[in-house]
Amino acid sequence: MTLAEMQFILPDLRPAAAELFVLAMSCVILFVDIVVKDTRRTALFALTQLTLLGAAFVTWSGLSGEVSYTFSNTYVHDLLSDVLKLMLYLTVMVVLVYARPYVIARPLLGRGEFYSLTLFATLGMMVMISANHFLTIYLGLELLSLSLYAMVALDRDSPKAAEAAMKYLVLGALASGLLLYGMSMIYGAVGSLEIGEVAERINAGVANHTILVFGLVFLIAGLAFKLGLVPFHMWIPDVYHGAPTPVALLIGSAPKLAAFAIVIRMLGNGLIVLSHDWQLMLMLMAVLSIAIGNIAAIAQHNLKRMLAYSAISHMGFMVLALACGVVEGDPRYALNAYSSAMFYVVVYVLSTAGTFGMILLLARSGFEADSLEDYKGLNKRNPWYAAILMMLMFSMAGIPFFVGFFAKFSVLQSVVAAGYLWLAIFAVLMSLIGAFYYLRVVKLMYFDAPTDDTPIHTPFEVKALISVNGLAVAVLGIFPDLLMWFCLLAIRLSLAVLG
Amino acid sequence: MSEAPLLSLAIWIPILAGFAVLATGGDRNAPLARMLALAGALVGFAVTLPLYAGFDPTTPAMQFVEQHTWIARFNIHYLLGVDGISMLFVILNSFITVIVVLAGWQVIDNKVAQYNAAFLIMSGLLNGIFSALDGVLFYVFFEASLIPLYLIIGIWGGANRIYAAFKFFLFTLAGSLLLLIAILYLFFSSGGSFAILDWHQVPLDAQEQFWIFLAFLVAFAVKIPMWPVHTWLPDAHVEAPTGGSIVLAAIALKLGAYGLVRFSLPITPDAAHELTWLIVAMSLIAIVYIGFVALVQEDMKKLVAYSSIAHMGFVTLGFFVFSAIGIEGALVQMISHGFVSGAMFFCIGVMYDRVHSRRIADYGGVVNTMPKFAAFFMLFAMANAGLPATSGFVGEFMVILAAVQSNFWVGFAAATTLILGAAYTLWMVKRVIFGAVANHHVAALTDVNAREFAILALLAVTVLGMGLYPQPFTEVMHSSVNELVRHIAVSKIQ
Repeated sequence: MTLAEMQFILPDLRPAAAELFVLAMSCVILFVDIVVKDTRRTALFALTQLTLLGAAFVTWSGLSGEVSYTFSNTYVHDLLSDVLKLMLYLTVMVVLVYARPYVIARPLLGRGEFYSLTLFATLGMMVMISANHFLTIYLGLELLSLSLYAMVALDRDSPKAAEAAMKYLVLGALASGLLLYGMSMIYGAVGSLEIGEVAERINAGVANHTILVFGLVFLIAGLAFKLGLVPFHMWIPDVYHGAPTPVALLIGSAPKLAAFAIVIRMLGNGLIVLSHDWQLMLMLMAVLSIAIGNIAAIAQHNLKRMLAYSAISHMGFMVLALACGVVEGDPRYALNAYSSAMFYVVVYVLSTAGTFGMILLLARSGFEADSLEDYKGLNKRNPWYAAILMMLMFSMAGIPFFVGFFAKFSVLQSVVAAGYLWLAIFAVLMSLIGAFYYLRVVKLMYFDAPTDDTPIHTPFEVKALISVNGLAVAVLGIFPDLLMWFCLLAIRLSLAVLG
Repeated sequence: MSEAPLLSLAIWIPILAGFAVLATGGDRNAPLARMLALAGALVGFAVTLPLYAGFDPTTPAMQFVEQHTWIARFNIHYLLGVDGISMLFVILNSFITVIVVLAGWQVIDNKVAQYNAAFLIMSGLLNGIFSALDGVLFYVFFEASLIPLYLIIGIWGGANRIYAAFKFFLFTLAGSLLLLIAILYLFFSSGGSFAILDWHQVPLDAQEQFWIFLAFLVAFAVKIPMWPVHTWLPDAHVEAPTGGSIVLAAIALKLGAYGLVRFSLPITPDAAHELTWLIVAMSLIAIVYIGFVALVQEDMKKLVAYSSIAHMGFVTLGFFVFSAIGIEGALVQMISHGFVSGAMFFCIGVMYDRVHSRRIADYGGVVNTMPKFAAFFMLFAMANAGLPATSGFVGEFMVILAAVQSNFWVGFAAATTLILGAAYTLWMVKRVIFGAVANHHVAALTDVNAREFAILALLAVTVLGMGLYPQPFTEVMHSSVNELVRHIAVSKIQ
């Protein structure tokens, strides 16, 4: 391309309208924080929620089955991105509502940065979800990660939080480096980083296979870091445990949606031809994650730490489906497998939000409610909250009639469909181990006597939302069909290999 | 046939009633919770009666069928229906629920609403298991029913309740998870159907059948429970409150056996024939060895729990002689055991409520202070031992008959239960009921009150009625059982 050919053309901004809106509003919120003096940050909270609502409106009004690209094909707008973004807004809004009483009670957390960083992280996730270029993925990922590093360290007087932030930063930066290195290899092999083009050129057979696979290894390692798969999971327990609970809630929920999107785009669309190689890696990591996550969770006394290990095993379960999309070069199973994985992620985010929401709800000034002991006799103190947490626990354990069962069911059926019967048997046996530690939480709440009789004060909106969240797990468990179809449709329209 | 969705009503009325009971809140409203629970249980029982009245015993086909698409993505249906095999269990379960609510009437005064709600919800789920004709629907009910029982044992159970609750949950979950894999495998080999009746027709080669049969067997053997995976049952029984024990013995134990008839035999008939030796061996060990184990128990509940395992050994034996009389005998035995073991646990509960001990050694001479109760207890003990003219005799006799027809020595070994059963039951009765008044606790006993008398009388009438005139129970089974026997005689290997 010569200089003369380079012209400035205003790109089509419509596919990225929601992102631009969130970006603009984040800056406005930074400004408002300087001008408005209010220790409770009511205005900021309201503005942030309105921003997310506005973004949801923009995304909703652009909702269609069409696929459109912008910014020289580095950015894509399709049903997958729309569905995931709507989930994302919803999750972040819920996170903010749960977090609000907690951050008001802790002045260090409750500063304006909490809200603007949350929005920047959201923006990063939106970019990840819509990325159609390896570098766009990297851009979004870094925006998300940098915001989260800062958020973990927001509570600057807590040594635990500082340690967690440091660990997160160092390991996260390492992972980003690996990812970038892998991308550079792929660029070296195919000469492009645009996802569609990468797929075309590998298909055409012009790329050096050795270099490609070499790059792929680094790419997968980087992704595994971000997803928290064994053996790249070390940071998860420390960060979940050390981070302030609202930040742990944010880290544990919404980014999984974005991570799912980049895995689908990079591996499912860009490198599907190499599926034989990456499926094997994913399968291995999935098996290890499910085993180690479930076994290590048993030994935990801290609920946040237990949830961290449970997150590792859940991500392993999700990846199990991703590893079963292509069988002997035949991508016939991809739609079934990837949509099952998507359903799993969505369900996981829903249950995680509720569980962390419950920790936040029971926490009060000077008391974190994150030790398992703190849940003793919750049924006596407040039967409704105990019932909600019980539903969430049974859902995570995969017991029907809760939606977690159908999440496990969809993943298992895709594994069986691909013919990996032993993998399915392994996965169910491991979820038996998983059932133990979820049951233990139920045991503490229902079978033990309370040790703490402090009345639980909850603002109305938190109470209402956590009720809706808990009931959603039950209602979706009885009527999971609609959500399943949404996932199926989103994957079908976005997956190039399906034509 | 009536048009009302009777099976749905039988499932959802107790469940909704359960939530209504929960809504009454704390123990201040306990009387209201009890009344509501009783009403729910009675209505739930009432809607199952037309199932019997409207049942057509001449056809082996499913009746009262309801079909709606549930999860279209995976072709899962809300598909209900009963045949001669399952219909009686729906009624039995709804009947036992009434007994259970009454049994806990005065005894349970802690978290009354939650207690009754757990039993009602469980009752609905159990009805779902017996009437589901879609594999996933079956599985969902099958696993969901673990939750209420886990809570019942864990909250209202005895000293070692937490251990028992976990053991119960994890043991049974371990079994059912393999069932899930088998269900998924059948989904794909049947070309995308979860309907159990479709699976009956799917051709499967010997190896496939072998593995599917084993997966089924693990799931159902734990539930039944068969030796050697029976160890959770005595723990669960001993620690559960009276109502929990009744439901466990009367209904929950039948799930595994029902699963064998609905899944294992018709879906994998060749493997079932191939592995008959295994099942027969396990059954005979349960009958003979567990019979001896029961003999040495010092805890009455444990004794009845072990006797339940022995009785269930009879049931599995009856299924695996592959004759109509054996299967019918096993089914009759299941229903009879539902009444008898329920009654036995209720009797033990009656004594426990007064003395707060289940140890045989703490009793003696109860007949002196509780004559009415002693008469009932004696009757149920006789039925438990399989005395002719009680319901316990009919099933055992039919199974022994069928076993002798197929193999004399198997029949002979099975028949030892008539001695062993009499030995452990009657020896317990002798030590507990008869003799001189053993201690001041027994001396202070008061005889059964009107509520307890009513429950005992109701159960006694049923046990005697079924023993003297079993035909109403067996005649509805004939065509379904004959069809089953025909079906499993045909090889599925192609």
